[in-house]
Amino acid sequence: MVTHSQQPPRDLPALTHEEILRYSRHLILPDVGVEGQRKLKAARVLLIGAGGLGSPLALYLSAAGVGHIGLVDFDIVDLTNLQRQVLHGTSDVGTSKLVSARKRIAEVNPHVELTTYDVPLTSENALGIFKDYDIVVDGTDNFPTRYLVNDACVLLGIPNVYGSIYRFEGQSSVFATKDGPCYRCLYPEPPPPGLVPSCAEGGVLGVLPGLVGTLQATETIKLILGIGESLAGRLLLIDTLGATFRTVKVRKDPNCPACGTRTLTTLIDYEQFCGSPHVGGDQKMSFNIPEITPIDAAARLAKGEIDIIDVREPHELEIAHYPKVTAVPLGLLAAQIAALPRDRDLVLACRTGARSAKAVQQLQAAGFTRVWNLAGGIHRWIDEVDPTQPKY
Amino acid sequence: MPATLFLPAILAKLADAKQLEVTGATVGELVADVSARYPALEPRLRDASGEPYPYVTFYLNDEDIRFHGGFAATVNEGDELTVVPAIAGG
Repeated sequence: MVTHSQQPPRDLPALTHEEILRYSRHLILPDVGVEGQRKLKAARVLLIGAGGLGSPLALYLSAAGVGHIGLVDFDIVDLTNLQRQVLHGTSDVGTSKLVSARKRIAEVNPHVELTTYDVPLTSENALGIFKDYDIVVDGTDNFPTRYLVNDACVLLGIPNVYGSIYRFEGQSSVFATKDGPCYRCLYPEPPPPGLVPSCAEGGVLGVLPGLVGTLQATETIKLILGIGESLAGRLLLIDTLGATFRTVKVRKDPNCPACGTRTLTTLIDYEQFCGSPHVGGDQKMSFNIPEITPIDAAARLAKGEIDIIDVREPHELEIAHYPKVTAVPLGLLAAQIAALPRDRDLVLACRTGARSAKAVQQLQAAGFTRVWNLAGGIHRWIDEVDPTQPKY
Repeated sequence: MPATLFLPAILAKLADAKQLEVTGATVGELVADVSARYPALEPRLRDASGEPYPYVTFYLNDEDIRFHGGFAATVNEGDELTVVPAIAGG
């Protein structure tokens, strides 16, 4: 349980001789000591996500001797995860992240009691899962789950150790402490779907989640031990390219429906709140977007019936390419719309079909009627048309 | 008042810089100044009615402008305005 140094010591579990030796470097730290290590052993920490942020969190909190760790994830280890998700290894590709995590955590510290939840976190199950924990750590990859985690933590009075990342930059804070602000005080509403690219779309420096997740682990341990100055009330901004760390103030908003007025008394529909049809960073496909399969597109392209517009970034074109394309990065599409032919069938293409779906919507909004999205992007093109090229 | 605007990477590409010198008596005027110079940035900083978005937080030095009058917050010479949009990667 979370205790603070000014509170009287409570019944804490004893340490075995093996544990005393294992945690020696903690025990000789004046601010941790035997009592602090026993607090860690008594603590129950829930990690949401076993991905980029969840990896260092699970490894360091296990190694530090947090007695009970819960892990929520329903994903499978993919080869593209391994560049940053150090909890999983090459031999784990294709298996459940929870299975992989259990194996690795047991090797790091067999004293950790691990509970896994192989489910998507939802408004229906979140309170039931969270209520058994002292601290929740948010390592998810999408806005609906971040608001869900926040609201559930506020409703239950459980601190939420927050971290999020994009490309080379990260953010971390501690929300929903007794008198502190919450995520909604910082961001009252989410951005519209598609405005902020996910890591799967925009890329992420592999060590960045290591850095941010390790900061979250540090904040978690400080909360358990009741030492130091928590990030509650502050937002840490990390810029790896500028090599800068900066903190700004996060004030508790008296009008916040979650932690201020407390008009939010139950969990809501977070997909609807965030305006997105699906959970998951790489899966945001919209309705009413005409699609064409790679096989059909290849056949029509060979007959000269369609033009393919590749909306990927220039550096991606070097990795794998479509034949005979017009390359227009998504960010420049608006500026080049006037140059695109309205009297031709245009097929918009990208890596997996997410960005090109946005491009189709953009062209539809500009009055184009003969536009299609290439289903599955270059990944499916490689599967079905041109297996000589690498996927990325 | 001259001030320094700091942009995150996701917005810096629209202004070709992470750090810009801007001028104005209020935060709203600083945003108007940079929007006039980099029109592609404008819709990422303020909505069609010229107001800030709930998912893009502006910090004047280390204070959230929402608690200091929003875009009407007064700027002093040498202030730093940092734009912190919501990100969700993990």
